[in-house]
Amino acid sequence: MIQGVQIDLISKERLENLTSMEKIHLILDYVMEGNIVVLEKGLDPEEQSRLIEITMLEITPDGFTGIEMETYHSNQGSAGGMGGILKRLFAKTGPDRRLTVIGPANQMKMIKKEKDFMSAWVSSR
Amino acid sequence: MNFFVRTRKKFSKLLRIFLRKKSARIGIYGPPNAGKTTLANRIVRDWTGDAVGPVSEIPHETRRARRKENIIITGLNGNSVTIDIVDTPGVTTKIDYHEFIEYGLEKEEAITRAREATEGVAEAMHWLREDIDGVIYMLDSTLDPFMQVNIMMVGIIESRSLPVIIVANKIDLPDAAPSRIRSAFPQHPVIPISGLEGDNVDQLYEKMTEYFG
Repeated sequence: MIQGVQIDLISKERLENLTSMEKIHLILDYVMEGNIVVLEKGLDPEEQSRLIEITMLEITPDGFTGIEMETYHSNQGSAGGMGGILKRLFAKTGPDRRLTVIGPANQMKMIKKEKDFMSAWVSSR
Repeated sequence: MNFFVRTRKKFSKLLRIFLRKKSARIGIYGPPNAGKTTLANRIVRDWTGDAVGPVSEIPHETRRARRKENIIITGLNGNSVTIDIVDTPGVTTKIDYHEFIEYGLEKEEAITRAREATEGVAEAMHWLREDIDGVIYMLDSTLDPFMQVNIMMVGIIESRSLPVIIVANKIDLPDAAPSRIRSAFPQHPVIPISGLEGDNVDQLYEKMTEYFG
């Protein structure tokens, strides 16, 4: 049998139809099976906070060790100066939510991350 | 302890007795081994003479959020703020007990430490959503500040509109580059300090009275 890694790409539309907890459980279910999940639109900060919390509760010795998660930098979040302040004051949707990659921490390692480029190394189980 | 610090401590104690102001709950957050407990100990020692908890080079020495109440900090400008300091476990998205074995821990001890660390991180995230009024976000200034967990945590703090001071710690080390932290988070004040040596902590106290008052 060919060894490999399953990659699940989840569209923005599918994510928008899920509640926060549904999104988090969907991601963790896939990642705990050893899959790499690519979200077309990333999680909002509240969801990220809950994802960290629930991930911690799923970690077991010699089992799931957590997640590796990477996304492009948000232009809005790092905007400084008066332009950045005004942008944040008038932003209604929060920081940009951009393509996000999530995988099992023991299988996925980011090897390069730049403002507009990410490179990850993934091993099979 | 020099005369100036002794005088400030006495002044803080008097203020604590007479003012009885409501404390702002300030969480010290950051990745593991950034120096959170070292700073918490320094703040508590400088203003009450007490301590918060032990420190260690092994990651996740702090595995429960610890709170020290009613600390009155007075800046050089004379302004004061009453805070509860909450020292939190280092935030991460992964914990593997094998990492602790590399530091010389026995397997059972490492597994226990990992389990307590996961519970501690979950608790720290819960505190951030429910019980924190302001944040000191600690970073090791010898490391890359663009790690995803830092970007994510600062985003979470911003989304809750909490006042945040970013501390670029370990400036006593030769590889320290606090300017990288300034360029990573230009939207927030960044104070370079050495929590261990006490370098520049007065500037941090000054900023705390301004931001958390």
